[in-house]
Amino acid sequence: MFFKLIPTTGQPLYLQLMQQIRHAAETGALRDGDQLPGIRTLAEKLVVSPNTIAKAYSELEHEGLLELRQGSGAFVCVKRRTRFLADQVHMARRRIRDLIERLRDDGLLDQEIRRAFEAELLYPPEIVTKR
Amino acid sequence: MTNEPVILTRALAKSYGNLAAARDLNLSVARNRITAFLGRNGAGKSTTIKMLLGMTRPTAGSGTVLGKQITNTTESCELRRRVAYVAEDKPLYGYMTVEQTIRFASSFYTDWRRDVEQKLVCDFELPLHRKVKMLSKGMRTKLALLLAFARRPDLLILDEPSEGLDPVGIEYLLQVLVALSAEGVSVFFSSHQIGEVERVADHVCILDKGCLLMDTSLDQLRQFYRRVDLVFSAPPPEREFRISGVQRIETSGRQMCVFASENAEAVVERAHDLNAVSVEVAPVGLRDIFLETVRET
Repeated sequence: MFFKLIPTTGQPLYLQLMQQIRHAAETGALRDGDQLPGIRTLAEKLVVSPNTIAKAYSELEHEGLLELRQGSGAFVCVKRRTRFLADQVHMARRRIRDLIERLRDDGLLDQEIRRAFEAELLYPPEIVTKR
Repeated sequence: MTNEPVILTRALAKSYGNLAAARDLNLSVARNRITAFLGRNGAGKSTTIKMLLGMTRPTAGSGTVLGKQITNTTESCELRRRVAYVAEDKPLYGYMTVEQTIRFASSFYTDWRRDVEQKLVCDFELPLHRKVKMLSKGMRTKLALLLAFARRPDLLILDEPSEGLDPVGIEYLLQVLVALSAEGVSVFFSSHQIGEVERVADHVCILDKGCLLMDTSLDQLRQFYRRVDLVFSAPPPEREFRISGVQRIETSGRQMCVFASENAEAVVERAHDLNAVSVEVAPVGLRDIFLETVRET
């Protein structure tokens, strides 16, 4: 497995790792029963604090995507829900792509679209629904 | 393992004549974490570390390292047995060879790890038979680091460990820090290399002019620190944005730049309420946070 954690993106490293593992499970890069590297091994490979890996693994265990076995590492358990989520993400991507295409047609630059997304994502969910 | 902090100070202060090197320090360094200690030159980092290790006496206040009182001579001795320390100036005996230095240092410690020593000699490419006084600055640093890493301490205190190291050396250093941390060693290190701190540290403390200005987790910083750039159609009302979490506001004509340590979503909401023409939100890296923090005072 390849992971890439970027320290400057404004997102905690453990969240980045969680997303990348989740994404790998959704795309099928990680399959049910696959083993992930141990905390120390992955920490040394990515050169990040072991606490980052430990936190990501334990949160994913909480979500049911990983099973941590004492001494033998972390194993992936892909359930049906994960695949459903994969379909959802796939559909969402198509809708986002359409929207971006339309915004580009309106003459907006990619950089401007990206910033607009960033700003809108900052709205807490309840404010968005009120509108 | 308890959850008691490995370093805890209460109103710790040190003055040299009129110069206050450290004032009213309330430092708490958690166990099993990698904690970075940042500050400009002369901010008081080394003085603080020396007080923790009993190398200089505090003018006021108290502190514990691994639960032992730093100002009690007996306890200070006990705590130093369980702490490995690399000093800022990496003092070594120039007339010894690298190998003699290693044998000499290892004879003091019952917790010496020959396997780690041999691996590091190899990784750091240390010339065993060269005299210490003939070593480059980077090599001296590597040797000093080896002497600390080859022990099995509960706490590792490093004063600018990457000074003089090339990028490959820094990478090894960070890998060793990570590996030791995975074995349960708590790490406390001072550094000017923000890039390396941003990668491996769990927690960061920023010291300026002897005062502790920031003590927070990097996750917290990444998640909440934001820079919001705003454009209005008329000169913007700055005081509308003086809300909790906003650290600094800069205005130039119809543009406004807001630095927020939290609560960025409230800034964005307010900007929309005030009909901002443009709202841009960007994360703030540790370098900028550091510069923001030390410029205030």
